Amino acid sequence: MRDFDLMAQSHTSVPVLSQVPDASGRFGEFGRRFVPETLMRALEELTEEYDRARRDPEFGKQLDHLLATYVGRPSPLYFAERLTEHCGGAGIFLKREDVNHTGAHKINNTIGQALLTLRMGKKRVIAETGAGQHGVATATACARFGLECCVYMGEEDIRRQRLNVFNMKLLGAEVRPVSAGSRTLRDATNEALRDWMGSVATTHYIIGSVVGPHPFPMIVRDFQSVIGREARRQCLERVGRLPNEIIACVGGGSNAAGMFYPFIDDAAVELTGVEAGGTGPEPGRHASTLSYGTRGVLHGSYSYVLQDEDGQTLDVHSISAGLDYPGVGPEHSYWKDSGRVRYVSVTDDEALAAFQKTATLEGIIPAVESSHALAQALKTAGQRPHDDVVIVCVSGRGDKDVQEVARLLGREL
Amino acid sequence: MSGESSISLRFAAARAQGRMAFMPFVAAGDPGLETTAALIRELSSRGVDLIEVGFPYSDPIADGPVIQAAYTRALGRGVRVAEIFETIRSVTAAEPQTAPLVAMVSFAIMLRWGIDRFLDDSLHSGFAGLIVPDLPGDEAADLAGAAHARGLDLVQLIAPTTPPERAERILAASSGFVYCISIAGTTGVRNELPPELKSQLTWLRDRTELPLAVGFGISRPDQIAALQGAADGVIVGSAIVRRLERLADDPSQRDAVIREIGDFAATMLRATDPDSAETV
Repeated sequence: MRDFDLMAQSHTSVPVLSQVPDASGRFGEFGRRFVPETLMRALEELTEEYDRARRDPEFGKQLDHLLATYVGRPSPLYFAERLTEHCGGAGIFLKREDVNHTGAHKINNTIGQALLTLRMGKKRVIAETGAGQHGVATATACARFGLECCVYMGEEDIRRQRLNVFNMKLLGAEVRPVSAGSRTLRDATNEALRDWMGSVATTHYIIGSVVGPHPFPMIVRDFQSVIGREARRQCLERVGRLPNEIIACVGGGSNAAGMFYPFIDDAAVELTGVEAGGTGPEPGRHASTLSYGTRGVLHGSYSYVLQDEDGQTLDVHSISAGLDYPGVGPEHSYWKDSGRVRYVSVTDDEALAAFQKTATLEGIIPAVESSHALAQALKTAGQRPHDDVVIVCVSGRGDKDVQEVARLLGREL
Repeated sequence: MSGESSISLRFAAARAQGRMAFMPFVAAGDPGLETTAALIRELSSRGVDLIEVGFPYSDPIADGPVIQAAYTRALGRGVRVAEIFETIRSVTAAEPQTAPLVAMVSFAIMLRWGIDRFLDDSLHSGFAGLIVPDLPGDEAADLAGAAHARGLDLVQLIAPTTPPERAERILAASSGFVYCISIAGTTGVRNELPPELKSQLTWLRDRTELPLAVGFGISRPDQIAALQGAADGVIVGSAIVRRLERLADDPSQRDAVIREIGDFAATMLRATDPDSAETV
């Protein structure tokens, strides 16, 4: 409970930063397990099964095969020539997670966790979703492996992400609307955890981000790290050296964790996480947990949280349903406090502008979530020399967002 | 651990009377702290053995719809942690014979408030112990030490999913009593208690001197009667909290509702005594 003095030291010993979490799920002082006793055995079982799977070459082969033949990996590292010209500075490369099957990085994790579900002999899967991308990716993996699938989704998110709701149903999943609280991702996560309290013997909970109790933040990071491993190799092949900066958006933080983790010990590579700045820095108008939050417990782990003085979780706002979350993965908190990753905030309007700019200049319609990372690149790439290289993770495609963007721009579809 | 605590004395007294202890739960601030204070006074005057006081939390993942809704109502009215402590202090100061109070509080709230400060405030307002439902035994050692140093009990929970080796560790760390969760799931009224519950209680009984109190799902006298001989106490939450729901819209019924809850508590309390005629 008391803060660890280790945090101050780790800043000067960057290379050990990747050696987390420990056996109790600690990323420095963050992470761990703060859940009802009812769930503890399932978390221990999952930890044990993941440990066995990780050491099983067959598991690795099976996962790699599915990622190649079903997901479509590796995803390209694309040189965004016209965005680069527009900014007039560093070369901007896009890591194209938007071209994955189901249109986002989320499937990297759901395929891996579906395989774990099968190994544990469980037949039913639950998930939470915000933008619906994780819900679709979970429903997809469940359809592929014949697992029963139930996705919890806030009513506000159901409204703004209708396309994905329909997709999930097409894929055979049940979508359970959540009407509690702000009716967004946080409330959907609460409901999924409550479901799991009663169904834990037969059901696996596929958490969609690097959040929740240990071992989830580690498992999701590991499955998503394929993004960063590929980007690292592709950059070395194409440019002959590592990039100067990597930019990724952070809600719970799964695409950023997967993108950053393989570069964590490369001290020369700047890592920038972009949070949802919403409409302003006042509480309730943004979802920038690392920029404005304080340390606390939410959804089973110790991390930064947007909370009031009594520890009650604050309402958040973002144009992006996938970033609209008052918590963040514990490893990001660890990276923030160690100084390894810089976390910044981008507003709704800046993200919308980057969404349009990427569409018109590159012929790529990015997810509104990813547009936050693109906006940060548009703001800063021009200040860098021409021979610098910046990689932006385009975590998903924006088809799901066009209705909401049209509404916000006041246009008819 | 703290064998002399007011909580263990109450269990011992009930045992001496040949019955189980009865522990109702109230959600602080639903629909207002005055109601909470009146309810604690009413329950205490009806002779309940202990009272659990829930601190409203925005994200209570162990709670079913009834207690969630109560917490949402309380937070919607702006109830603050400091006011809860003040209310409890005014109740226990005015009536030192109030049944021992146990705080049910999320670790998120404690951590934000400050662990030591929360324990000090609990002690000074008259709480006898704490239950922290999202702090499993593995993470509870520091808090247990800090609580015991102040003479507060830290009650640990055991679930139907808890394997034997975990249960042994949890028993060793618990004080006051052991909270035995009857069913894998959230809080809320259930028609049936699972048959495995009794065998788990028997197993626990062989391994600890601590009283075993069963909670989650209990709402009727016959469910209490069915636990005779297996448990030392019962906890009833949602069945009480749901009776307060109508007060949110019609505060004029407050006295009637509080009396009705008092009557319900008296009925449940009688069911804890195997010699009582009403234990059907």
